[in-house]
Amino acid sequence: MSNPSYRELSVNGLWKNNPALVQLLGLCPLLGVSNSTVNALGLGLATVLVLGCSNVAVSLVRSVVNTAVRLPVFVMIIAALTTCIELLMQAFTYELYQILGIFIPLITTNCVILGRADGFAAKHSPLLAGFDGLMMGLGFAAVLVVLGGLRELFGTGGLFANMHLLFGPAATDWHIVLIDDYKGFLLAILPPGAFIVLGLLIALKNRIDEQRAERAKAMQPQAPVANRRVRVTGAIE
Amino acid sequence: MALPRITSPHATGSNRTRQIMQLVLLATLPGVLALTWLYGFGTLINLLWASAAALAFEAAVLHLRQRPVGFFLNDCSALLTAVLLALALPPYSPWWLTLTACGFAILFGKHVYGGLGQNPFNPAMVGYVVALISFPVEMTAWPASHAVGSLEGLQQILGIAALPDGWSQATALDVLKTNRSLTMEELWAQNPAFGYLGGRGAEWVNLAFLAGGLFLLRRRLFGWHAPVGMLGALFVMSLLFWNGSGSDSNGSPLFHLLSGATMLGAFFIITDPVSGATSNQGRLIFGIGVGILVYVIRAWGGYPDAVAFAVLLMNLAAPTIDYFSRPRTYGHRKAERGFKVGD
Repeated sequence: MSNPSYRELSVNGLWKNNPALVQLLGLCPLLGVSNSTVNALGLGLATVLVLGCSNVAVSLVRSVVNTAVRLPVFVMIIAALTTCIELLMQAFTYELYQILGIFIPLITTNCVILGRADGFAAKHSPLLAGFDGLMMGLGFAAVLVVLGGLRELFGTGGLFANMHLLFGPAATDWHIVLIDDYKGFLLAILPPGAFIVLGLLIALKNRIDEQRAERAKAMQPQAPVANRRVRVTGAIE
Repeated sequence: MALPRITSPHATGSNRTRQIMQLVLLATLPGVLALTWLYGFGTLINLLWASAAALAFEAAVLHLRQRPVGFFLNDCSALLTAVLLALALPPYSPWWLTLTACGFAILFGKHVYGGLGQNPFNPAMVGYVVALISFPVEMTAWPASHAVGSLEGLQQILGIAALPDGWSQATALDVLKTNRSLTMEELWAQNPAFGYLGGRGAEWVNLAFLAGGLFLLRRRLFGWHAPVGMLGALFVMSLLFWNGSGSDSNGSPLFHLLSGATMLGAFFIITDPVSGATSNQGRLIFGIGVGILVYVIRAWGGYPDAVAFAVLLMNLAAPTIDYFSRPRTYGHRKAERGFKVGD
């Protein structure tokens, strides 16, 4: 199996094969915690860490694990790493840990992580697997943060509220209130808002791809088309 | 011999989309008049503003989708959506509330799915539910009848100044929802929200919509199946669970038929040919489902009125209903229904 280049891996993880926008994996945490930027960022970072580490670990043990029992082994590895992250969050960002609640242990069952472990890490070297995990995780986290930001913006009229939960007391005044007298659009905060905004993001991504494809097609030099009609009437010179 | 080169059909129908929509618009007139008489000009402003907003959204999104703008604006479907939405929203709703509801109705209720004829949900009800979930305070502020003056009403719509306390009052369905201790007679005697049969004001509005609906039924714009199914189911449900006059009573059958959005829903919303079921039997089942759900949500759910939620839930079920209620095709002994092995 030929090894993909790092550039290819980055493009795949961040855009072309983005876990949230294209593969539509890990929707449960994606839709569940993306109601504010800080929640989204917290869970996004946790997912990046687990995904990167689990890919490296799975890749390291890939030659000693029997194919028949590989999935339970991978899940054990992922669960162990998730527990580490959970304990870290409990130690350093306790309030955020309480807000995210069940969604942190649920990282274990995030399909993106198991999918990358089985689909990529089990077949490639640790370095490549780690890089792939990092890029896939960043792609997932980026969509999570954009979704969280948009929902917070539409829902409350502000951005970056409660960032001190993640970055300490210095971040308390990061909160931007864009519209002072905003009534609060509750739908954006509620679960249906997540589905609607995610749908719009996917539509936007497809539209951008479409436009780029059109432009690439227009840029290509037109190959001269041979005239296949044979002239049968009139004077033949 | 010169044969005329005309092929069938020879009878030319006049039931084009535009004419159907105009007829439905005409039939809302009694309801509009009743609402205006009871609550003042707020309803009319709602209607004008919602129509302008919906037409603007429709034109914009048609332009974006590169569809012929004039052709689709002319069919009056966006206008009808706006009118139904404006009749469902409380009079004197703030301008941004109406705008948001119209935007969601046109964009997310209709055009996301491909425009008129493709929408699985009733656009007006999508807009209404979005507004109801997002802005519960504004959406439950129904004015007391004959309570709002012109200037204050206009200020409320424009968001300049809030109306004084006491201009809005709980509707009869609200009162019934929160009542835990009074018997029905006591409620009826001391509460201004109740009228003769249903909610005060609401009963007249419902009778007006019933009149408009009967007009449409007479013009054969839709069959009797869906409205009769819904009203019948609502009647039977409220009769079955009618607990006389006790404090845990959920209201009499007549009360349920004449309060809230019952008649508007039965004749103007669930008769939508796009988002409802297709066959006559299917429409009957669709209506019955809406009727049962309306009662269930009103009696035991979290919201006082339920027509919008019931309609959206049954819209979800409409494809399945269609699948199991296909009529017999000519030449076949039995109708083909349900799923088959190898489908």
